[in-house]
Formats: sequence, C-alpha cells, structure tokens
Amino acid sequence: MIRTVFVLLVLAYPGVCQAQRAEVVKLEKLQNLMRAGESIQVFNFWATWCAPCVKEMPLLEKMNRERKDVQVTLVSMDIDLDPDPEKVQKFIARKKIQSRVLILDEQNPNAWISKIDKAWSGALPATMIINGANGKRKFIERELHEGELEKLIEEVK
Amino acid sequence: MKGIKVVIAVMVSGMMLGAALPHNAGYKVGDDAMDFELKNVNGKMVSMSDFPSAKGFIVIFDCNTCPYSKAYNSRIIALSRKYMPLNFPLIAINANDPSISTGDSFEEMVKVAAEKGYDFPYLVDATQEVAKTYGATNTPHVFVLQKAAGHLKVAYVGTIDDNARKPSGVTRRYVEDAVDALLAGRPVPVTQTKALGCGIKWKGV
Repeated sequence: MIRTVFVLLVLAYPGVCQAQRAEVVKLEKLQNLMRAGESIQVFNFWATWCAPCVKEMPLLEKMNRERKDVQVTLVSMDIDLDPDPEKVQKFIARKKIQSRVLILDEQNPNAWISKIDKAWSGALPATMIINGANGKRKFIERELHEGELEKLIEEVK
Repeated sequence: MKGIKVVIAVMVSGMMLGAALPHNAGYKVGDDAMDFELKNVNGKMVSMSDFPSAKGFIVIFDCNTCPYSKAYNSRIIALSRKYMPLNFPLIAINANDPSISTGDSFEEMVKVAAEKGYDFPYLVDATQEVAKTYGATNTPHVFVLQKAAGHLKVAYVGTIDDNARKPSGVTRRYVEDAVDALLAGRPVPVTQTKALGCGIKWKGV
C-alpha cells in the first residue's frame, strides 16, 4: 500500500528530470514577463538551428540551477522560419532543459526586434539581463562564455 | 550650469554605451561606404571599382550555413538577375570565421556558388575588416549603395523583405523598393530594417 502511494507520488510529481512543454507566446506576453517581478531575470534569445546558442545553453541552465535569485528564460525564435513549434518541444525534451522556455509566435521581426531592445540587430544569440528592483538592464548580442553571466548579473545589481 | 552637467553626463554615457556595443558601429544611411578588394570564388580579386558603369551596388553579407541565408538563396539569385542588367550589380560577401563555422571555408563557398549557379561575385572577407567597417551583424545583411559623384552612398541597410519563411508571404520587398527608387531618382521609401538572422561568426569572440 505504502509502496503504491509512493509510486503514485513519484509519478505525479513534476520532477526535475521530467521534460517540460514550452509555452507559445505573443510579444505582448513576453514584454509583460520582462517587466514583471523584483528579481533578476535573464532572457536568452535562441533557436534550435543556431549553433552558438546551443553551445552556450549549458551556462544558462547552470545559472538557472544554481542561482535561486535569478530567473532564466530561454526564448525560442524558431517560429520565424518554421511555423511548427514541435521541433523546439522535441529539442527541450531531448536536452532535458529545466529553465523556462517560451516560443515567440510573431512574424515580421522588423516590427518588434527594437521593442525587445533598441540595440538588438536581430542576430542570434542575444541575451538580456534585467534587474526588476532597480530597472537596470544589460544586453549582449553574441555567444556567452564561462563566467560572463555572473559578471553581467553583478553589473545590474 | 546644471544643464551643461546633464548634457555632459548624457554624452559620456552615450559614448560608453557606444563602446560597449560594437555592433552599433558601422554605416548608417547617408554615410559614404568604402570600396574593398576581396577574393572571389573564381580566385580573382573583386572591387566595386571594377564596375565603372554601375549606378550602385547591392552588397549582401551572407554565408553558406545559416538557415536564413538558405531561405533567401533563390531570392538573392533573383535580385542579381533582375538588377545586373540595370547596372545595379549584386555582390555577396562571406565574413564568417571558418575555424568556427567550418561550412563557410573558401572551398565550401566555391562549392555552394557552383551548385547554386551564382552569377554574381561571392567574396571571402578573411580579415572580417569589411564586415566590421560596414557594421554587418547577421546573415543575410544587405547594404544598398548608390554611386554619386564618385562616392558610394549608403541608401538602405537591412533585410531583403518582410517574410523569411516563404516568398509567397512577402508583402514588403525592401531591397527591390530601395533599388527601384534609386533607379527612378525617387527617395528610398524604407531606409532601414531589422531581421532575425545568424550572428556573423567573429574571430576570437
């Protein structure tokens, strides 16, 4: 009996090893999330086809795992080229991604790239660090290297 | 006095911001663009001065490997075929560091140009100096240049059109609109756009 309950609990628990489903969002929802909260948020703009994005992802996952004061969100840009989000869902399941993943469902990037950050050309990867408490932001348009995220987080404190 | 201090503070912070964001450097619409001398896939060096009768140029920073480049490949070939006869040639430049992106080596460029039947120069920017000077950030990134009084004036910077995914969904043809306007002596309707794309693979970054 106890064993059955235990098995059921394990099955029901949204455990750390279980793959998530990414939420497909519009720009407005993303902008609201970027404005939300008092904590430090990291938004990483990536795509499954982008080799440097995939390469830097473990650094973001490590940040998400180890720093409880930092919320990491990986925003997939795949839909611009491929309307089917399933490729992204499969990617995050295969890689067992634990950070929050959003899939941005927008077309015509010229209309919204500057709304995410004026400095952004649209090149991937790109990463934004926002401190909700003081409004400080940092934006980086290139691949991140070991130790860089920690430094950028210090800079928005 | 306080006003001056604020102005200075704004200027200083602006300069610091500029220094921190190298991708913001490069050409703006209205700037004079420099000519270059880069190796073509046929082994010959190519400069814009090799086209004395050209009215302007469509310079595209492109590559072999980026899915956006692949999505735009046939549209780039079509642009060249449309505007070469109108004395507005297209020149593609690959600035990706092949040690990071092996599919962008010179040998691979030669292969892609042959496979796709490129009838325009596809040049290698091995030092990345041209891409840096122009301020290219991602592929494909277009600079439409107008030749006027011996200068090459930047008339348009940005993307080819407003739908990377499928040509049938395009509603705005930014590069065609720009070149058509220049050829007709009209002002360019949209001079700057942004698009998603693969960041250029810079050396040592």
